[in-house]
Amino acid sequence: MTVREIEYRDALNEAMSEEMRRDKRVFLLGEEVAQYDGAYKVSRGMLAEFGERRIIDTPISESGFAGMAIGAAMMGLRPVVEFMSWSFSLVAADPILNNAPKMLYMSGGQYGCPIVFRGNDGAGGQLGSTHSWCVEGLYSNVPGLKMAIPSNPYEAKGLLKTAIRDDDPVFFLESERMLGTKGEVPEEEYLIPFGQARVARPGKDITLVSFGRPVNFCLEAAEALAREGVDCEVLDMRTIRPLDIESIVRSVKKTNRCVVVDQSWSFGSPGSEVAAQVHARCFDDLDNFVHRVHTADVPTPYATNLEAEYLPNARRITEAVRACLYLA
Amino acid sequence: MSSPAQPAPSPASESFDVHTQGIGARPEVSQGAAWATPINGSWPMVEPSLALQLLRQMVLIREFEVRCMQAYQDKKIGGFCHVYIGQEAVAVGCNAALRPEDPMVTAYRDHGHALARGMSARACMAEMFGRVDGCAKGKGGSMHMFDRANNLFGGHGIVGAQVPLGVGLAFACKYEDEVMAGGSLRRVAMSFLGDGALNQGAFHEGMNLASLLDLPAIVVCENNGYSMGTAISRGTSMGHQITAKALAYGIDAYEVDGMDVLGVYHQMHGIVEHCRATSRPAFVDMRTYRYKGHSMSDPRKYRTREEEAQYEAGDPIGRLKSRLEGAGILTEADFKAMLKELRAEVRDSVDFADASPVPSMSELHTDVFVESWGPYTGSSDPRMLGGAPRAVNFRAIENPETQL
Ligand SMILES: Cc1ncc(C[n+]2csc(CCOP(=O)(O)OP(=O)(O)O)c2C)c(N)n1
Ligand SMILES: [Mg+2]
Repeated sequence: MTVREIEYRDALNEAMSEEMRRDKRVFLLGEEVAQYDGAYKVSRGMLAEFGERRIIDTPISESGFAGMAIGAAMMGLRPVVEFMSWSFSLVAADPILNNAPKMLYMSGGQYGCPIVFRGNDGAGGQLGSTHSWCVEGLYSNVPGLKMAIPSNPYEAKGLLKTAIRDDDPVFFLESERMLGTKGEVPEEEYLIPFGQARVARPGKDITLVSFGRPVNFCLEAAEALAREGVDCEVLDMRTIRPLDIESIVRSVKKTNRCVVVDQSWSFGSPGSEVAAQVHARCFDDLDNFVHRVHTADVPTPYATNLEAEYLPNARRITEAVRACLYLA
Repeated sequence: MSSPAQPAPSPASESFDVHTQGIGARPEVSQGAAWATPINGSWPMVEPSLALQLLRQMVLIREFEVRCMQAYQDKKIGGFCHVYIGQEAVAVGCNAALRPEDPMVTAYRDHGHALARGMSARACMAEMFGRVDGCAKGKGGSMHMFDRANNLFGGHGIVGAQVPLGVGLAFACKYEDEVMAGGSLRRVAMSFLGDGALNQGAFHEGMNLASLLDLPAIVVCENNGYSMGTAISRGTSMGHQITAKALAYGIDAYEVDGMDVLGVYHQMHGIVEHCRATSRPAFVDMRTYRYKGHSMSDPRKYRTREEEAQYEAGDPIGRLKSRLEGAGILTEADFKAMLKELRAEVRDSVDFADASPVPSMSELHTDVFVESWGPYTGSSDPRMLGGAPRAVNFRAIENPETQL
């Protein structure tokens, strides 16, 4: 196997390009994806390779182009829709929530919707409250969709290829803060199945469950805690739907403690779902209730200091771990 | 011209057509009515005090934006930074045509509107820096400038979002007159949007409502020809004649040269007063140009430097300056003194912002409803927070009577 280091954005680019070479039904559309090479350069070079019939610049009409892509998916095509940011998907809420995930059910199994919606999710860049959405809490509430949230370049490529081949609508949550992050990615083709968590760090004292970018903060916290003699197991869930609860249960039965780190708001979130399920499945195994680290329950503030405190970070994770272990 | 719509007659006669019922009661739509006329191709001069105010404001905005770009390079400002250089005549000329009590709302390219409305350079710069002395205590940021004292109802980050809000401001203006104040205020509401925002559903829904409800809403499209890297012809059907979109909603539409502040002022004044008198909406295709990139990270590969130079040659500040010199209102020395003064004002705003403290951590949980069990920490037993002080700082709905 040949491994090289590439950026998160290029991992995404490779996933889309490989799938487009493999399957003519796949095409990409979104704002600035073609002539500008992508607002964040994710689709760099793709117009040159695939041409303007398959790499399509759209106006700032999220509701229109998301709906259009859903129609095309019902006809059997496999669109990849880029939202410059998931924050902008809110104006397309009706097509992406009311049409795509329900189509198969509502048509009694006649019309599926094999589509990928992808783009930047999450805060951390001082973009203020309209542009800093973490949509995992809001959207994972809807039945019928799948949701993937890669934590590094390797995961990004493998999960996006699976997303494009999936027959259900996939909400693919990337992170602007990680687009320039480099990581090892094999040259050979690989896919990462949905619904199988990855043990990002094995440990025996406590289980840290996380999704996407905060997985890295968990690893950071685990390093610091190791120096205090606390051995954390970190689970990278990879997908929020399907949710691999079995891997979490297996780990918690071993460690007897659990902290969930989720960058969405606490109320009705993937974090609260994991906590509820762990309480139900591991009731007799737990030494303490499941602790959760979320973004603060307020709109995203602009000021750097407020935003840093608002988000889950290694310090807040460390505090939660200590509290859960009665060390605080 | 704009009698309010009457209910359609009942479909008694055999000639009744469901598709055209009520149409006779709708106002006629005009395109580009002349409110003032250029004389020998140029707009009449205004009172010297107003003319100098227009110049000052444009120069203030330009100098402010230059400093913002520097501060961004110095990493004093983060996030997205969309500067207004080139478009100054639009916010300045439009604002001068309004009364201070007329509400205004705009998009994320909003520093110019904030300054034109009367926000101090200090409050605006401190907000850019994310400091507590900013117009929103550092919590809103560069795309979300609000100024209650000057009736600026925000910069808004989501493309198109502010258009229905602006229609709602107009709704409230009319409602206050008709239901509460007995027709005494006659305010109008002005909204700005970019050309790219024409393609959002929100624009179209807002326009339809403004027309249907006869609202005093003035919708100004700052048509700078590009939305990010997309030229208007690539992203907008009928991009060469966007007034057609307004006409389709029965809204009077005007094309205005947004690089000539005197023209902007004269025409907008006519439009605003007509709107005030008739309570009918108006749409303006304001032709302008942004000299810099969309935001700080845009290398502008989608257009030529020649094109930029051509627009910069018709610079709104230079144009007004030479008109004022020609009219004997301003000398080169006056201009230099003004420039020096405004540069000092902007430099002071940077120093002020730099010295202003960051917001205290308690600000995280103010200006928002907080649950009675306190902010969720996740790492202590939620029940233990039962007695936490309610960090609620939520403005109760004011009695409308007290607002008038
Ligand atoms: C709904 C939505 N989609 C996308 C964006 C990202 N975005 C911000 S500004 C912009 C271009 C807008 O162009 P235009 O309306 O012409 O305004 P200008 O920047 O020229 O002032 C885009 C695509 C956004 N903020 N909101
Ligand atoms: Mg524009």
